[in-house]
Amino acid sequence: MSETNRENVKNSGEDSQGSAQAPVPGVAKPSIPAAAHAKPAAAAARPAAKPAAPAEVLPEPRLNNGRGRLLGSARLWPTEVWPNPWARPSFVRGAYWLAGIVAGVLLLGWSVGEISVWANLAYDWAMNLLRLRQVPELWAQGAWSAVKVVVVFHLVALAPLFLVWWERKISAHMQSRLGPMYVGGFHGWAQTIADGIKLMLKEDVSPRAADAWIHLLAPIVAAAPAVLAFAPVYFGSGLTAADIDIGVLYIFAVSGMTVIGIVMAGWGSGNKFSLLGGLRAGAQLVSYELPRTFSVIPVILLVGSLNLTAINDFQSGYWLGFIPRWFIFYPVMGQIAFVIFLIASVAETNRIPFDIPEAESELVAGFHTEYSGMKFSLFFFAEYAYVFLSSALVATFFLGGGNAPLPFLRIWPSWLWFFAKTGLIAFCFLWFRWTFPRFRVDRLMDFNWKFLLPWSFANIAFGAVYLFL
Amino acid sequence: MFEAYLTLMVFGVVSVGFAVASLIGAWLLRPRVPDPIKATTYECGVEAVGSTEIKTNFRFYVVALLFVIFDVEALFVIPWAVSAKTMDIGFVVGEMMVFLAVLFAGLMYAWKKGALVWD
Repeated sequence: MSETNRENVKNSGEDSQGSAQAPVPGVAKPSIPAAAHAKPAAAAARPAAKPAAPAEVLPEPRLNNGRGRLLGSARLWPTEVWPNPWARPSFVRGAYWLAGIVAGVLLLGWSVGEISVWANLAYDWAMNLLRLRQVPELWAQGAWSAVKVVVVFHLVALAPLFLVWWERKISAHMQSRLGPMYVGGFHGWAQTIADGIKLMLKEDVSPRAADAWIHLLAPIVAAAPAVLAFAPVYFGSGLTAADIDIGVLYIFAVSGMTVIGIVMAGWGSGNKFSLLGGLRAGAQLVSYELPRTFSVIPVILLVGSLNLTAINDFQSGYWLGFIPRWFIFYPVMGQIAFVIFLIASVAETNRIPFDIPEAESELVAGFHTEYSGMKFSLFFFAEYAYVFLSSALVATFFLGGGNAPLPFLRIWPSWLWFFAKTGLIAFCFLWFRWTFPRFRVDRLMDFNWKFLLPWSFANIAFGAVYLFL
Repeated sequence: MFEAYLTLMVFGVVSVGFAVASLIGAWLLRPRVPDPIKATTYECGVEAVGSTEIKTNFRFYVVALLFVIFDVEALFVIPWAVSAKTMDIGFVVGEMMVFLAVLFAGLMYAWKKGALVWD
């Protein structure tokens, strides 16, 4: 008896006689022993040998009243089988879109050139204008600083929007889903914006047990350093908001302040899940801060400066005319430092496989269990801003920042190379999340203190060897 | 260099202002439907028992202490890394290796004493 028939037997309850006689086209009805009629339906419907299932005729789906984009073509339901992906129209269309986007970005980069050239023109024009109006020098400089800050701030604010959408698409495609598809039209590009508006309009619930002021201040303390840490980041030749000489130290110092916000959130919520999550986050973040700092020291040692522009410029040029002088290509030292820095950065952003502070299977949501609405979205914003920051730092420290991988590729400007490398590392961050299982909390600490930290010490010695060459 | 630090000041104002402004914006826009049940502590549906102001495990304190020690060491290493190229390399590197060896011995001591055991 076929699968379909067994379903019918179950559906029709006790009436095993009637459903057993239900006609199945194309399949000869197997003979049922007479004794089987006396047995309950489920037992009677279990044959000794199963014949091949017939082709089922499913009803036409009428979801979304036929107006939905996804299920509009009801004939594609269930999924049609294609001989290869290229026979599938949507796959070919997607490939064209992707090629078009890449070509468009390359053309844009080639035609715009270095943005710093345009920025210098704008600076000269604005300064001349302000001098003609006899504006004091301090005010003029302040106005120009404000322009730079607003530009970088928008970049920092938009990057999480894009990263969240990208993560949802990546996770969906890794699990054979489509991810957001409706909002905005093209592959749900406006989904994160809609989510942000929704979070803004959500009611804010602050529990009675919470310490009201700490509960309120924690998201500010967590999110403000995430923006502030971008001040000395190198976005391309001449594109640094505040080109300070202690850039690396400043970034580590400021981004380390977020842990205070997270511990405040855990302590101030008055919830045991939050408390545990906050304490775990504190222990984890301060622990991984150490190998993260020590793994960059060989880079600083060889460059002799903490300035990110200097680190970038040091990596320009090529060995033998084609191997870029990026730090990742320095034998032994470069690879160890790169791997340690990448792992520690993933841990610093509280992401899987290091998301012990917000492990949803044991701690509900960790330190932000009691947060809702805009306060929650500030924590969310901080996490993705740090993903962007860490990717940018990996690109600057180890992948040559704005330097082209091959000499003839220098026709594209440095900012385009910088964003390409940052995007590559950000993709790795999102990829890890959907690939690795979570660490257990004791292994997490062991991995840091007994593996990463000793190796990052040893790596300083490996880096010092290069000073003698 | 002065302009860079001016930019940093503006950055500080903007970053704190952004966080505060987004909270104020949400405060103006959001609905308010207070309910005593909503304000209870989330504990998977059951009533929360006891307070969270409890004695927490000692190991968090040990980790924090180790962090302070090694982070201060990092602050000694960074100025060395910045200026090592400008000095007598052999002497400077040898000295730092001694320092790192002491640091590593400290880590080994903490390891043997069981400060890194987590459970």
